[in-house]
Amino acid sequence: MSILELKDVSIRYMTGDFKDIGLKEYVMRRIKKNYKVKEFWADRDISFALEKGDMLGIIGTNGAGKSTLLKAISGIMEPTKGWVHREGTIAALLELGSGFDGDLTVRENTYLRGAMLGYTRKFMDETYGQIIEFAELREFEDRPFKQLSSGMKSRLAFSIASLVEPDILILDEVLSVGDGAFRKKSEAKMKEIISGGATTILVSHSLGQIRQMCSKILWLDKGRQVEFGSDVSGICDIYAEFLEKR
Amino acid sequence: MFEKLKKHQFLFEELVKRDFKKKYKRTVLGMAWSVLSPLLTLLVMSLVFTQFFGRNMAHYTTYLFCGNLIFSYFNEATSQGMSSLMGNAGIFSKVNVPKYLFLFSKNVQTLINFGLTLIVFFVFCILDNITFTWKIVLLIYPIALLVLFNIGVGLILSALYVFFRDIQYLWSVFTQLLMYMSAIFYTIDGYSQTVQNIFLLNPVYLFIRYFRKIVIETTIPTPAFHLLMLADVVIVLGLGCFMYKKYNHRFLYYV
Repeated sequence: MSILELKDVSIRYMTGDFKDIGLKEYVMRRIKKNYKVKEFWADRDISFALEKGDMLGIIGTNGAGKSTLLKAISGIMEPTKGWVHREGTIAALLELGSGFDGDLTVRENTYLRGAMLGYTRKFMDETYGQIIEFAELREFEDRPFKQLSSGMKSRLAFSIASLVEPDILILDEVLSVGDGAFRKKSEAKMKEIISGGATTILVSHSLGQIRQMCSKILWLDKGRQVEFGSDVSGICDIYAEFLEKR
Repeated sequence: MFEKLKKHQFLFEELVKRDFKKKYKRTVLGMAWSVLSPLLTLLVMSLVFTQFFGRNMAHYTTYLFCGNLIFSYFNEATSQGMSSLMGNAGIFSKVNVPKYLFLFSKNVQTLINFGLTLIVFFVFCILDNITFTWKIVLLIYPIALLVLFNIGVGLILSALYVFFRDIQYLWSVFTQLLMYMSAIFYTIDGYSQTVQNIFLLNPVYLFIRYFRKIVIETTIPTPAFHLLMLADVVIVLGLGCFMYKKYNHRFLYYV
């Protein structure tokens, strides 16, 4: 039984300049019949299945529909067509820096983020020390979050998230954070999580990282599924060639 | 929904804490200020309006305070609730959490404020020689309904605010008008019966009226009056829940 299965998942996305117009402008445009919403398919007919312990790398150029797909997998978005089936808990680490509050201290933010990821208070009390230790932020604990450097912020975010023991872990451009030393540490931590049996999905622009870590690969282009398979290095080669040609 | 709330209890608590800390900026004065500011409004109003309206009226300050108490709670809860969803866009577009938690947390915040002002209100009543009867217990009814009403309006507004950012200005104009239509500092006894009935269409006025009846007149409003209030709350809350349910996944396109 697959732990995660997507079947013909298509997601229609809306864009247009409707975002920042107010009610008055909306009414005016409706009257003038000048109100346009562009709809396009961010993802079309994506199907794949992952087993326990798989590590999937998703590659594709900007706008290929990677992030939208991840949102559908994590349940933030519903697929317009098709279905997503998940077994067990899921934790998504999408764009780490966001969702923190600059006015709160590091400690408060840690708890808030932990709560968002679905941990319990007891769990946070027990592991808080560990998190701060791993993020190397012991002396910043009671500083307002906005005083941290961006590297520190993502270090903290990664440390909180890596404690999670979900069945499915989603990482969107997460590993490219921190300085060299921390990156090594975080990659080691990731390997530990994966070897613990979690199914992981990794989005990265670093082919090296994908080649090194992933056991399966999904290539998206303009919302369509170009390749999916376990021949990671083969597909990476074709993708690298594809990038050259563009 | 109850199960969901339980599941997200920790997150909810942390959100409440966050809103609380941000609002009061970790100072005692911050908290005192939120009680002080309605009191100052009351002071100015009673200075100004006693000359106009209150001359032949017993307990005018209490009358005024009832109006102010209810209206400022309504105003605060709805105007602050409006931005609660949008303000947390960074969270709900990344993590799958129930979106109404943000509004609820804001409402806990304003409810605490209301509670503090309510205590001050009772102190004022004593100073104004109001005699309390057992009927004071009945105030639980309008308070409970008002909390739900504010949540309902907050749900509607916070959803609309995601789609139309200028709702903010329209709402502040609307509340201004509503304030004048809520008979906060004047009585409606002078109007004809028809006009008086029109006032009953204003839900905020109903809450104020209930408070005054119990506290000043020590009479219990009619069952029909109770039902009317309940109907308002059910409609508004129902609409709010419906909007959140319907647009749950659509919000994402707008942030």
